[in-house]
Amino acid sequence: MTHGTSDAWARLQPIAQSGAPALAECERFLLHEARLLDEGRFDEWLGLFTPDAWYWVPAEPAQVSPRDTISLIYDDRRLLETRVRRLASPRIYSQEPRSRTSRMIGNVTLEETDAAAVTVRSKFQLLEYRRETQRIFGGTCLHRLVRGENGIRIAWKRVDLVNCDAPHEGLAVPF
Amino acid sequence: MSAITGDDIRALVRPGRVNRRVYTDPDIFELELERIFGSAWIYVGHESQVKNPGDFLATRIGRKPLLLVRDAASRIQLLHNQCAHRGSMVVASSGGHTSEFRCCYHGWTYHLDGRLKAAPLLHGYPSHFDPDNPEAAMLRVPRVASYRGFVFGSLAADGPSLEDYLGHMTTSFDDMVDRAPDGELEAAGGVFKHSYKANWKLYLENLCDAAHPLFTHQSSIDAAQQQSDAVHSDGSGEIALRQMRQNGAPYSFWEANVGIWTYPNGHSFLGDYHDDAKLVAAMNDPAFRDYIAAMEARNGKEKTKRILEVRRWNSNVYPNLSFTSQFQQLRVVHPISVNETVVHTYSFRLKGAPARMFENTISFANTVNGTGSLVLTDDLEIYTRIGLGLASAGAEWLEIGRGFAGDLPDEHGGRRGKNSTSEIYIRNMFEAWLAMMAPDVRQASVPSARGATLASVADMRR
Repeated sequence: MTHGTSDAWARLQPIAQSGAPALAECERFLLHEARLLDEGRFDEWLGLFTPDAWYWVPAEPAQVSPRDTISLIYDDRRLLETRVRRLASPRIYSQEPRSRTSRMIGNVTLEETDAAAVTVRSKFQLLEYRRETQRIFGGTCLHRLVRGENGIRIAWKRVDLVNCDAPHEGLAVPF
Repeated sequence: MSAITGDDIRALVRPGRVNRRVYTDPDIFELELERIFGSAWIYVGHESQVKNPGDFLATRIGRKPLLLVRDAASRIQLLHNQCAHRGSMVVASSGGHTSEFRCCYHGWTYHLDGRLKAAPLLHGYPSHFDPDNPEAAMLRVPRVASYRGFVFGSLAADGPSLEDYLGHMTTSFDDMVDRAPDGELEAAGGVFKHSYKANWKLYLENLCDAAHPLFTHQSSIDAAQQQSDAVHSDGSGEIALRQMRQNGAPYSFWEANVGIWTYPNGHSFLGDYHDDAKLVAAMNDPAFRDYIAAMEARNGKEKTKRILEVRRWNSNVYPNLSFTSQFQQLRVVHPISVNETVVHTYSFRLKGAPARMFENTISFANTVNGTGSLVLTDDLEIYTRIGLGLASAGAEWLEIGRGFAGDLPDEHGGRRGKNSTSEIYIRNMFEAWLAMMAPDVRQASVPSARGATLASVADMRR
């Protein structure tokens, strides 16, 4: 699953030494990622991405490209770093008070496995509580996972909310 | 509602101050829907969204669901999205293409211009029912008009023409359209819908507020200023960071380099003065070089320079439209209830410009108008916090007086602030608000910050 098939930024760097992660390993990785997000360990979350990764939350169902259509979030690696740095700021008013979140991950399947990488499809439900209001988000995640020197890394992540085209209040916490 | 008199309304606005009730009173909100959204020219869509006969787009004025339609004769129609039979909403989708509209309840069908086409069981209706009666239709909104592709509707049968209503603001639309090498815009790239729990008026009141970015957006300014440019970017992040860093401009920049202009009927724009340095700097971008070449091929060097010299930022058209001509963004503010608002934001493609220009427009949209952006999320928080704060009756009178003494007449019949940190545009909106909400009031008796300035503008017009 890619958006814009030929762009260099969307291509994977081949990981030579070892094979693509297997299902059980991927599931453990997704649960680890969800835990980092729920616990607000955003720096560690950022560390899960490759140096040229992108992170995408489309604004339309089955959106083909982040280039010619708006997105709820579309961060290249540079912007993702800025996003995470901002989350640590005491002046991030949209996170004052902070959200508390709880994520459930399920229905994990492998798609498009090749020698070096795998695309993992999963379903998620996310409860977000902030200032006397609870919101619920849900949808499908696609992770492109590669094996780096320090373990599995995310080459790209796409999050399709079932209500991506609904009116939303601010979405400050990453999915 | 009829309990609210013109005097009650007038008592809510004082020179440089406004009563909190204008943002919190449900009865005033209902009156706004009736008197402002029920009479003013309201933006309902762009002609490019209904290019061909049969194309339609769901839109609205206030809470009324409407359809913008290109009819069989290629005319633009604005119809109430409502069946003449039992009143149900006929079209449930957000847009598309059709040869007729058909109600899902009893199968009444309508022509693209709203006339009744056919209805089953017509023999069963009483003698007073006439299918040829023009009111047996998806009724047309009384007035619809376009300015350079931007379509507005008015629920009032009488009133100023669209161009008279827009006045000098037509030049902001010109600025946006003239930037297209082919002289046309196309709505493209999807629509953001963001919501907040506070009054609809707060949105436009923030869009020309040059004094808030340094505070409200401090988290993204700091994060962007600390961001290393050595980290991989596909270009989209670079544009976002540039904008966030710009938000960190000190007050001296806003006070020395940026101006605010206001015009009758509540309109305004924020703009800096002509600045060739920025234009030259921008030419380092190869896509921008190609764009300039396309513009010069069509307009010649001099005219291209004149078009691109216009450095307007947000242009606000009262009561609920704001657009940014330089980055082809347009926002429509939809009041839902006295303390619930939804804003739809659109992007436009400059026809004849390199594709990369539109990618920049999208990156900019994600940064400035995105529901998950590092910037807009804090604006939405501010609106909701104002809503929460105004629930208290502690501060009965809110200040809109910044720059009060510095208002100056403008050569096009408006007034400008001494510089962009003036709240003149909010005061200007409340003058329009009063004129529509308490229509019996004469212009001269509107409580106003401008006093002597009003007279001098009147003098200039003579």
